[in-house]
Formats: sequence, C-alpha cells, structure tokens
Amino acid sequence: MDWGALQDVLGGVNKHSTSIGKIWLTVLFIFRIMILVVAAETVWGDEQDDFVCNTLQPGCKNVCYDHFFPISHIRLWALQLIFVSTPALLVAMHVAYTRNEKKRRFRNGEKIDIEELKNKRLHIRGPLWWTYTSSIFFRIIFEAVFMYVFYYMYDGFQMPRLVKCDAWPCPNTVDCFVSRPTEKTTFTIFMLAVSGICMMLNLAELCYLVIKVCTKESGK
Amino acid sequence: MSWAFLRDLLSGVNKYSTGIGRIWVAVVFLFRLLLYVAAAENIWKHEHDEFECNIKQPGCENVCFDHFFPVSHIRFWALQLIMVSTPSLLVVFHVAYRENREKHHNQKLYKNPGKIDGGLLCTYLISLILKTGLEIFFLVLFYKLYNGFKIPRLVKCDIKPCPNTVDCYISKPTEKMIFLYFLVAASCLCIVLNLSELSYLMFKYSTKCYLKRHVNKQQ
Repeated sequence: MDWGALQDVLGGVNKHSTSIGKIWLTVLFIFRIMILVVAAETVWGDEQDDFVCNTLQPGCKNVCYDHFFPISHIRLWALQLIFVSTPALLVAMHVAYTRNEKKRRFRNGEKIDIEELKNKRLHIRGPLWWTYTSSIFFRIIFEAVFMYVFYYMYDGFQMPRLVKCDAWPCPNTVDCFVSRPTEKTTFTIFMLAVSGICMMLNLAELCYLVIKVCTKESGK
Repeated sequence: MSWAFLRDLLSGVNKYSTGIGRIWVAVVFLFRLLLYVAAAENIWKHEHDEFECNIKQPGCENVCFDHFFPVSHIRFWALQLIMVSTPSLLVVFHVAYRENREKHHNQKLYKNPGKIDGGLLCTYLISLILKTGLEIFFLVLFYKLYNGFKIPRLVKCDIKPCPNTVDCYISKPTEKMIFLYFLVAASCLCIVLNLSELSYLMFKYSTKCYLKRHVNKQQ
C-alpha cells in the first residue's frame, strides 16, 4: 500500500480532465511521486543517523537535529503531494454524483443509454466547470503555500553543510554536520522546479478554462 | 498481508455508503492511511535507537523508554485505523447475506439488496455509532496514556536501574508533534462526518416514516 493507491484515485479523474490537466497528472506522477519514492527517500533515509555533532554530550545531537529540522524535507513533500492531489477528489465526487443522478433517472423510466453513461467522458461545462475550476484554484494555493512554508522554515532552498547549535544540553556552541548536503540541495532544487512547472500548468489550465467560457458567452 | 487489504475493504464499503460515507472513506484513506504509510511510519522507525539518556548505566535507557512509551504512537494509530474501519464490515456482511438469501430462495426478495432501508438501515446506523464510539475511545485513551497531545523534547527518568534522575532525550519531537496534530485533526474530522451522517440518516428516515403514516391516515 503506497502511492499506487493514490494513482488509482487520480487516474479516474484523468478521463474528465482537459489536456493540460492530463499533462499535469503525468508530471505529478513521474517527476514528483516517483522521484520522491525512488530517490529522495534513499537520500534522506539516514539523515538523523549521519547527522554528527562535535560533542560527546548525550542528547545534544537529538536536540540540535530537532531544532534545525522541525519537519524533514521528504515528509513535507509527501504532505504537499497529498494536499495537492486532494482537490481532484472534488471533481471525482462531482462526476460520481452526476452519474448517480442519471442512473436514478434511468431507473425512474427515462431513456438513457447505460453503456454511454458508464464510459462517456463528461464535458466540463455548467456546475462541473465550477467544481473543476475551484479544484485547480485550490491546487495552486496549496502549491504556493507549501513552497512558502519550505522557504520560511529552511531559510531558503539550500542545505547547509554545517550548522552551529547552542540549544540546551549542548555545553557551548557546537558544530553539527549535515549528511549529503549537496545531493539534498540538488533534489530540493529539482522538486522545487517541478513544483513550479506544476503551478504554471495549473495557471495555464485556469486561464484556458476562463477564456473558453468567456468566448462561449460572447459567441452566444 | 498489508495495508492493501484495508484499502480494498474501504473501496468495497464505498459502494453501499451514502454521500457523506464516501467522504469519510476518502478522508480515512488520504489523510490517515496514506499519511501513516508514506510519512508517519518512517518518523517513528528508529525511535528506540535514537532515544538517548545522559547516562552510561546499562539497562537505564531501555527501562526509561518502556516507561514513557508503553505503546508506541505509531502502533497505537495502526490499531485505531484497523478498529475504526472494521464496523463497516457489518454493512458488507449484511448486503452479502441479503444477496445470498435471494439466491437461496431463487426470487427477488429485495428491490435492491444494496439500498439502505429496513434491516440494513439498522446495521448501517449501528456501524456508524460503533465507528464514532471507537474514535472517541482511542482519542481519550491516547490523551490519558501520554498526558495530553504533546511530545516533550526531554523526559526525566528515575526508575531502577537508573542511579538518580536522568535526562532522556526523545528524537524528532517537533516532527512527531506535527504529525500527531494532523492525525488527531483527521480523527476529529471523521467523528464530525460520522455524526452528521448519523443525523442525516435519522432525519431522512423519520420524515419518510412520518409522511407514510400521514398518507395512510388520510386514506
């Protein structure tokens, strides 16, 4: 049980997305979830074990690690991915509700083609347009919030090699060394870039949907 | 045997749930199960190795860790997730029983075996009450066991064989607390969803009953 289950949920939404939405989903799965699972977890795997402080004082390492890494990078990215994927559920629920309504009307005697109902792709118009647009809006907000939280928490996007710690019970200011700082910085910048690309795709999709509706209205 | 079983169970339950029930399944799945497996498990992985006491006395660290963490947080949540998802099985069993009955008698006994009415409604309501009860029970138990919803950086321990009061340091307390709050909030959200589903169902069926009776009286 892992991210594969999220893939099943989001894969269902894919059918009813725009082309940009489909590209966003591919980028999300290949460049974020897969990279997170395959690479980032091994790079950050030994982060506390290999975090070394220049002191024999017991407890100092624990306290310094906790002070400089209140939440690990990979956990923050996992949270970001979960939050960013959640608005797609709104669309999935709306589609399921619409299908249910049609099924109910069919049972009450109206003529509706069952096969068409099961497989047809719902067009993004009417109430579904509002649900879809708000889901994209929330995605953008979540991405931006998480990027800001990351920047604020870690004073930028670079992993330092050495941090100076003087939290109790460390006797004086103690040098602590972070493991694999360059590799971590590389992955951080990569995840940041992909996050930026996802945000651009979402903005483009939002503009596309708004323009589509405006031209339709003016066309009428 | 892994969490995939629970995931399949939840997907099966989804079929016979109301709208709010489906939101509950989504919340449990995304914000509790997925978060637990993808993030929380790794934070608590080496909690014993990284628990450090300011003493060289052999056995002191073991004894202190055992005293402050009778049941590890992560195992507690796993237990909570399993117990809270299980009452939904009652509904699945009842629907299977209905379908079996229809097959046995070889005739259509129910308009739709999966529709929530009659006996199935009672089973559904019982499962909701059990789910809510179990959630509240686990939250209260956690609060009592760990003296609140907090994870301190430092605990003072003076159990034998520790010679005097010894400082012991817990690893990653801030990160653990963030995820603790997250999981507690998701738990509370599930309680709210269960209670609203309960009131919605009771309201819907009592008005249906009342209207039926009213129509019968008029006839």
